[in-house]
Amino acid sequence: MGMIEDEPRLTAYRDLLARYVAQDSTFSVEEIERLSEFLHEQDVSPDELVGMHHDALEQTFANPDRATLQSLNFLMKMMSGYSNEYREHQALKNRQKQLDTEIDVAAEVQKALIESDLPSCAFADIGAVSVPAKKMSGDYYRIVNDDGRLAVTIADIVGKGIPAAMCMSMIKYAMDSLPENKSGAPSAILSSLNRVVERNVDPSMFITMFYGVYDPVTHIFSNASAGHEPGFYYSAKENHFIDLQARGLSLGLSPNTQYSEYSRKIDPGDMIFLLTDGVTEIRKDHDFIERKQVVELIRGSMHLPAARIVRHVMYELKKMQQFSFADDFTFIAMKF
Amino acid sequence: MNISIEREVKGDNLYLVAVEGEIDVFTAPELKKGLLPLTEIHGGNLTLDLNATKYMDSTALGVIVAALKSASKHQCRFSVTGMTPRIKRLFEITGLSDLLNRAQTSEGNADD
Repeated sequence: MGMIEDEPRLTAYRDLLARYVAQDSTFSVEEIERLSEFLHEQDVSPDELVGMHHDALEQTFANPDRATLQSLNFLMKMMSGYSNEYREHQALKNRQKQLDTEIDVAAEVQKALIESDLPSCAFADIGAVSVPAKKMSGDYYRIVNDDGRLAVTIADIVGKGIPAAMCMSMIKYAMDSLPENKSGAPSAILSSLNRVVERNVDPSMFITMFYGVYDPVTHIFSNASAGHEPGFYYSAKENHFIDLQARGLSLGLSPNTQYSEYSRKIDPGDMIFLLTDGVTEIRKDHDFIERKQVVELIRGSMHLPAARIVRHVMYELKKMQQFSFADDFTFIAMKF
Repeated sequence: MNISIEREVKGDNLYLVAVEGEIDVFTAPELKKGLLPLTEIHGGNLTLDLNATKYMDSTALGVIVAALKSASKHQCRFSVTGMTPRIKRLFEITGLSDLLNRAQTSEGNADD
């Protein structure tokens, strides 16, 4: 401590301490508050404060206890390291708070980007649920009325958090601006999107996507898949679930990828369920949930309206994982 | 959460990278650092061994995709061994298996 500058502070501290020890009747607690505020303004660190206490003790009392003085030296050294750690921690906490606020804003923006009302159509009852693992989601879904047909997209950006969420926003705009989007074939749409993703995304990022279209006039559901976790098709006539198998490279793996198109006739009472791998990669007691367990959950609730099926399945899966998802989770149900 | 990455030289331009532990969003960068430089060896032959890998999430897949693309660009052969059935299924669904097969059979032809 530079003696000249510090002298007035030390004097103030020593006098206040002396009055406190002497139980002076004019002493008030506010004086401590004022002094500590002043010292804080002067940038006196906690270890310097302990040093000040040591010096004041030495100067005030004729015969201060040696052990007490030594212990104050000890405390001063201790405080020096401690206050550094403390300050660093405070700075990190502030930084964290700032980042959290930024992420909250970004998450709101993202929510506004994806959220849209489900189309109301006379021929299908539709339910959808999508929950991010953290604040931002790498899942994307879109269910729209496309010239009288029902077009449904579900996608999973590989990776999590903010990078995945940014990529998701890009996909949304790419889809909105595709010329094929109007009445286009699912395979053509995936090929176009693949070119966009391949050109614009980091080499370690890729996207799995399922695209399907239902035509209420022909009752045909056609779909193509870019490496996406297969959904389920429920045949009411046979009371049986099968995987909606479709093969295709994930978007962004290789340029000029062609996609196969699959189609099936949909009868009244049939259902289609689409999901992201957050649904089937859910861990239960260190093990993964099998797809057939997801089917069982669906079976237990498929008499309900679609919106309630998706909520029921989500709730049961969340329960299995102690109410937190390790991965983004999206689940869509369509009852015809 | 830790992984250990063993890099072994098996012969002229022949490398083996073995990963022990869990590859996730925290450990994937380490794998990337250990793996990618080896994919840039022109005419190299690189194998990623996942026998001791207990768990991998989608970020790990991302690293493998980046390695595959880089290997293909540098005409380096790249293969993956020791996949558990679950990881194998993930590779098959996403189409990564097809891409890996291409990387092995085409001797790293850059025209994929």
